[in-house]
Amino acid sequence: MTLLSYAKAMNRALADALEADPAVCVFGEDVGAGLAGLTLGLQQRFGAERVVDVPLSEQAFTSAGIGAALNGMRPVIELQIPSLLFLVFEQLANQAHKFSLMTGGQARVPLTVVVPGSGSRSGWAGQHSDHPYGLFAHVGIKTLAPATPTDAYGLLSSAILDDDPVVLFAPAGALGVREDVTAPLVPIPLGTARTVRPGSDVTVVAVGHLVHQAVAVAEELAGEVSVEVLDPRTLYPLDRAALVESLNRTGRLVVADDSNRFAGFAAEVLAVAAEECRLLAPPRRVTRPDGAVLPFALALDRALQPREDQLRDAIRAVLK
Amino acid sequence: MSLPHLADPAGRYRTMRLIRSFEELALEWVRSGLVVGGTHPYIGQEAVAVGVCAALDPADQLTSTHRGHGHVLAKGADPGRLLAELLGRVGGLNGGRGGSMHAADFSLGILGANGIVGAGAPIAVGSAWAARRRGEPTVVASFFGDGALNQGVLLEALNLASIWRAPAVFVCENNGYATTLPAASAVGGSACGRAAAFGIPAETVDGMDVEAVRAAAGRAVERARAGGGPSFLECLTYRFEAHHTMERRFRLSYRTAEEVASWRERDPLATGLPTGRMAEIDREVAELLSAAAEFALASAEPDPATANDHLYASGLRPRSGAAL
Ligand SMILES: Cc1ncc(C[n+]2csc(CCOP(=O)(O)OP(=O)(O)O)c2C)c(N)n1
Repeated sequence: MTLLSYAKAMNRALADALEADPAVCVFGEDVGAGLAGLTLGLQQRFGAERVVDVPLSEQAFTSAGIGAALNGMRPVIELQIPSLLFLVFEQLANQAHKFSLMTGGQARVPLTVVVPGSGSRSGWAGQHSDHPYGLFAHVGIKTLAPATPTDAYGLLSSAILDDDPVVLFAPAGALGVREDVTAPLVPIPLGTARTVRPGSDVTVVAVGHLVHQAVAVAEELAGEVSVEVLDPRTLYPLDRAALVESLNRTGRLVVADDSNRFAGFAAEVLAVAAEECRLLAPPRRVTRPDGAVLPFALALDRALQPREDQLRDAIRAVLK
Repeated sequence: MSLPHLADPAGRYRTMRLIRSFEELALEWVRSGLVVGGTHPYIGQEAVAVGVCAALDPADQLTSTHRGHGHVLAKGADPGRLLAELLGRVGGLNGGRGGSMHAADFSLGILGANGIVGAGAPIAVGSAWAARRRGEPTVVASFFGDGALNQGVLLEALNLASIWRAPAVFVCENNGYATTLPAASAVGGSACGRAAAFGIPAETVDGMDVEAVRAAAGRAVERARAGGGPSFLECLTYRFEAHHTMERRFRLSYRTAEEVASWRERDPLATGLPTGRMAEIDREVAELLSAAAEFALASAEPDPATANDHLYASGLRPRSGAAL
């Protein structure tokens, strides 16, 4: 048995990409030392010219990534903190995402942004605990949130191969996950969901680390209700076919989404269900509150994040 | 091998005249409603674009600004296709998807005009970095106004360029104003002082003198090409027209008539060419431009069904905005 950790899986995906294509390069803070785990050992292996330690200037190095992408490279940008995405929203939403259309298809920006440790890491408080995937999905940037080491490997690999900008959120809550990997690790096409656990009474769409929580709740309720757990993996583009197929079988929907409730990702899943499916009961969402800012004290931080008991209650509610 | 159309004084004059005439036609088209949305006229600043591009090779690149027509034409873009772009036609440089503020021609190294002040500089640095990594001799020029000097991202870009020794030439077109805000009251310290703080050689040149700009840009490009890293040029220049074609509506009075008149006396198009030669070139340019206008006007309007085309380079087709 080989237990593969989430961080090691991402590290391997990056190493394989650097090995396979000289156009792949990495920009990030402390990537030489491998502080976040993602780039551990890569600078020694591929050199400081390909795994580039950059000064603390997120806007410039993200845009430099765009410039390098316009000139034939496939840069991977590592951001140390999810909230830094707010700093580079201009570069991603206004530049990288718009280049292809604005130039009438002359330009492509194969840029990957990785946040290894998104969402709440206990005790990091207001400016280090955001999970803003909904913003990027809303803009139309390809947005990924792998839950497992296999998916982290597969989705990061595909992100680097993709000709468009992609943001990959590696949830802090999933970084500790290890997996017994027997099948070879391969790229996973963007826009494909995974049925984590089949079921027939209710579909729980869970994002990122909440996939594991959803599976735990489903097992716990197994005698009472048959819960299907669907992991979209790619939040944008969303695998609507898989979602609709599941909902047409189960007729019931709960979404577990560790991001803000209002205009959030869960709302989009509900909208797809309302537009394309005939549900047997009103759907439910388990999310952070509207406009959440996570407080520091652990009990307060936890109080704002989706919990297993809330998910259990939501599942029971849609069954009534 | 420098850009052939800018190789001699006549060619540089011809290109400045082309930019001037192009801009005059664009103004006419905005006033007549043919161009919707307006433009930022480059009239008065021609010597900067032409002087800098005269120091570049065809394979060199540039990033441009909201006031980009001059840079795009100086690098060699087809005026007919740029006019078609202003009209939003399929024959435009960007197929009508970019308009005045996003005109790009990647085949000529024109990485795009950019509607966000200061945004082009770090893109230029990244592109220059990539070229150097691959051992290509490409130099990237990045144009921006004095207004961009106060954008943090520009300062971050100067730092990156410096530590990476990126083959980039930063060209500040100091026309004295960021819209209505005088640079004198907005720029703490000086333009060149900012570059100097990052260890980047900087010089101020007369931006109304195409040969002075060319000489300074030539030194900067040579340094970049030889691995000496980035340089910074502050070109003192002036826009003879409004910030934007919409400005007319408001009858703004942030510049005195005397000030405008005194700069007009230093028109970069009053160069040292013999008068007869200039008149002949002017006629050529007029013919070229009328053919360009004809091409643009004859170009088809895009089909609304293609409005979402090119959103994703990978070919992803997003959901439509209307009912399923
Ligand atoms: C970041 C940003 N802020 C504000 C604007 C609105 N805006 C467009 S052009 C302009 C003035 C720019 O002045 P300058 O950089 O000196 O260039 P110039 O117009 O003089 O060529 C402003 C404020 C913008 N496009 N981008």
